[in-house]
Amino acid sequence: MTSLPAKTEKKLGLVIDLDTCVGCHACVVACKGWNTENYGAPLSDQEPYGADPSGTFLNRVHSYEVQPEAGAAQLVHFPKSCLHCEDAPCVTVCPTGASYKRVEDGIVLVNESDCIGCGLCAWACPYGAREMDAAEGVMKKCTLCVDRIYNENLPEVDRTPACVRTCPAGARHFGDLGDAESDVSKLVAARGGMDLMPEQGTKPVNKYLPPREKDGMEEMVDVLAPYLQPVADEAKGFIGWLDRVLEKF
Amino acid sequence: MHPAPSVILFTTFSGLGFGLLAWLGLGFPAVTGWVAFAFFAIGYALAVGGLLASTFHLGHPERAMKAFSQWRSSWLSREGVASVAALLMMALYGAGAVFWGEHWRLIGLLGAVLSLGTVFCTAMIYAQLATVPRWQTMLTPALFLAISVAGGALLAGEIKAAMLLFPLAAALQVAWWIRGDGAFAKSGTTLGTATGLGGRGAVRAFEPPHTGTNYLLREFAFQVGRKHATKLRSMAMLLGYVLPFCLIVMPFAHVLAAVAVVSHLAGVAASRWLFFAEAEHVVGLYYGKR
Repeated sequence: MTSLPAKTEKKLGLVIDLDTCVGCHACVVACKGWNTENYGAPLSDQEPYGADPSGTFLNRVHSYEVQPEAGAAQLVHFPKSCLHCEDAPCVTVCPTGASYKRVEDGIVLVNESDCIGCGLCAWACPYGAREMDAAEGVMKKCTLCVDRIYNENLPEVDRTPACVRTCPAGARHFGDLGDAESDVSKLVAARGGMDLMPEQGTKPVNKYLPPREKDGMEEMVDVLAPYLQPVADEAKGFIGWLDRVLEKF
Repeated sequence: MHPAPSVILFTTFSGLGFGLLAWLGLGFPAVTGWVAFAFFAIGYALAVGGLLASTFHLGHPERAMKAFSQWRSSWLSREGVASVAALLMMALYGAGAVFWGEHWRLIGLLGAVLSLGTVFCTAMIYAQLATVPRWQTMLTPALFLAISVAGGALLAGEIKAAMLLFPLAAALQVAWWIRGDGAFAKSGTTLGTATGLGGRGAVRAFEPPHTGTNYLLREFAFQVGRKHATKLRSMAMLLGYVLPFCLIVMPFAHVLAAVAVVSHLAGVAASRWLFFAEAEHVVGLYYGKR
């Protein structure tokens, strides 16, 4: 059924720290690896070693430059995957019921055996989180590694999404954003976690932590600075003579 | 948006076909026998041909039956249900007209409502998308319906109605273009809101996630040059509305009517190509494409 549930028991999702992300793309590789070898149709590549390679990815890392009115520009690495929205527009447009949002944990999934590959859900998603697999002809999206997080065959430490497990910078966090007492909710509250494109009305579950303000230079005292002041105000010798002669012209 | 030929053919031909069926259902013209057969055959060829074309862009057309199930929430599903209901209802009405020389008013009326309902659902598939501000307006269904009813009037030979409906459709098309050109800026979605970084300064896409292209770029980042867009809009206006209008004002001849229909179809197809080619999806922002 592609109507959205009125309420989900949990709101599982990711918190992505834009301050800490170093843009290494390890999450992209881990995601591609896990989701190619496990649940659902593999994430195919077209011409991977050819002149025009492309492929299906559920997670991509962009990089943006932010230029404030004053001061230096800042580079922000920006991982982007499905935000598992509360008002997911991709779910309600699905004509077959293949797209659905789970009542128990709020994960947005695609039942691939029902997907006709019409692509309308990807049109409805403002974030570019859904990609049609060119080999399988079905829509692929982040499953929040639903086949890891409840998987009792894995050691407990591995029961998180592959992207979170692999992130070497600790920039990705996984948890229940519906529970105000969860670690991720506290992190979002402490760091001012934000929604992407709030004006689209999708109510994303995933939150982004903005980069911290850069330290200023005002308070810094450098004891060596006075020694680096110019020692001569007036030029002397040949340079001084040249300077005086050129002034006369 | 990528202008997929299958979807352009579908919306153009089906729109015209359902427009004609709607006129026939209302009893304009109240034909019977072989003449009715010819009219219904044209209507069905256009409507069904368009529907078949639309399945070509599916990844799994063999599962298309599943698309009738989610009419409670999905405009695409509603379109499927409405189209089949319209075709069945009009088949019944058509059979009455062709074989028994009868016009069953209620069935015809229902068929007409369902035919136009199908066109409305098609338009709502686009008009519902907040991700494409150019499409998200009730002007979209108004335009689709006006084109369908005007084209249907032309095919049905309801020239007096066509003389009123062609200028109306043309005016709606121009209004839709004018509104659409400012829609993206007006939507308030920028790279700043897309990244949440807009409050800190000017945001610029520095590096794309991959060196190659991908599904999102192929599907959503299509952009048409402004120069060509203006040319195509003029062509669409001229072929779609001005020329057919001039032809139907002249004394009736079958050749002129045929030219008017072909010209109208070509014009609507051009405007439908632009409908997709000019539509800017907000995801393009993430790739610095807007």
